[in-house]
Amino acid sequence: MKIKLKVWRQKNASDKGNFKTYDLDDISEDMSFLEMFDILNEDLVKKNEDPIHFDHDCREGICGMCSMYINGHPHGPKQTTTCQLHMRSFKDGDTITVEPWRAKSFPVVKDLVVDRSSFDRVMQSGGYVSVNTGGVPDANEIPIPKKIADEAFDAATCIGCGACVAACKNASAMLFVSAKVSQLAMLPQGQVERKSRAENMVAQMDEEGFGACTNTGACSAECPKGISLENIARMNREYLGAKASSDNL
Amino acid sequence: MSWFSSAMSSTLGKKVLMALTGLFLVTFLIVHLIGNFQLLANDDGQSFNIYAKFMTTNPVIKTTSYLLYATFIVHIIWAIILTLQNRKSRPVGYAQTASNNSTWSSRNMGILGTIILIFLVIHLRNFWYEMHWGGIPTATYDGSEYKDLFSIVDFSFNNIFYVLLYTISMIGLMFHLYHGFKSAFQTLGLNHPKYNNLIKGLGYGIAIIIPALFAAIPIIMYLN
Repeated sequence: MKIKLKVWRQKNASDKGNFKTYDLDDISEDMSFLEMFDILNEDLVKKNEDPIHFDHDCREGICGMCSMYINGHPHGPKQTTTCQLHMRSFKDGDTITVEPWRAKSFPVVKDLVVDRSSFDRVMQSGGYVSVNTGGVPDANEIPIPKKIADEAFDAATCIGCGACVAACKNASAMLFVSAKVSQLAMLPQGQVERKSRAENMVAQMDEEGFGACTNTGACSAECPKGISLENIARMNREYLGAKASSDNL
Repeated sequence: MSWFSSAMSSTLGKKVLMALTGLFLVTFLIVHLIGNFQLLANDDGQSFNIYAKFMTTNPVIKTTSYLLYATFIVHIIWAIILTLQNRKSRPVGYAQTASNNSTWSSRNMGILGTIILIFLVIHLRNFWYEMHWGGIPTATYDGSEYKDLFSIVDFSFNNIFYVLLYTISMIGLMFHLYHGFKSAFQTLGLNHPKYNNLIKGLGYGIAIIIPALFAAIPIIMYLN
């Protein structure tokens, strides 16, 4: 396949940055999107040019590290992570525009690499269980209805990649935060910190400068894990309930 | 009350205020529309003028109207605050964005709201201001004197530009309600399979029927 790649190049956080175009002639449609970048980078290194920096880790769609905004979609046109996106999703001769996630809370480090430690700080503010839950319990020892277990698990599949923030016109982190709040609020282990968690994670989310939710649903539509908007409604309930009834005066 | 102010100043709290004021404004639209039907009574405006006098003098309605003014102002100001905050959350935009992941109306509530606001200013100046402080003609029914608001409405709706302005604004309102009504319930945390379809259906019904009927009145009056 022949591909024209329009990539955002930015030397460092303070650099203004601009798009640079690369022509790739010999791309296999079986390559993943990241492998296509590897080929291009090998070429750039041979030519003594600075390779394009991008985040990646497991390349199996489970770590949430890859972050590219491809042709107007986080992780590209398919509902998956960038590492699981293959070149067969594009046509021969396509021009592909690749940008970094854009959000005040995700500042660009270099090229396509953004700093997502704001998500870590949101997690540190309440995305944990501090009670001792002991060893692995026997099956059915803790009575949890199947439906609740499934919903909690669905919320827990969030890999924290930040595609929701990247897709949202307000750069809002509501889908991410609500998935984390929901996952623990629905299970008995999460009850101890249930109220303080909702209060603190929302406060930290605001502190980091993420936008508000307009309920466009773009986040959920673009989420590689298909996290549902029901989580956002649940977080709104959790937060308002916690504000009205928590010990935190 | 620090817990309350911190809740209301969070992004979630601000959205809750948008949702509550928005839903209150929907109830206002319904009441307003029912009153407007009297414009079509074919009695030279008698029932409409009597109704207009009632709406501007009854103490309960007057008190509610102050709540309504406040609701409009809060809905508009909080929308501006949130829009500015949301803009700041993405200082550098994208070169290319997709539009197939969300509805057009959900992405353009600010623009739709601005259309409605411009309409509102013109509308208030024409009728509400005239009714309260304008030099308005009077009509006498059964020995009592009434301000003849109907004549002003009738005069305005014989102007094609007004009719067009009203129709276009109501299309803006249609899209605003299309997203706003169901979005308000989601913001309030009301999302459950038991009633999601009801909210959605009710929202689409309200979004289509209310603005369509509002726009129909000036069109009918123009054609008559």
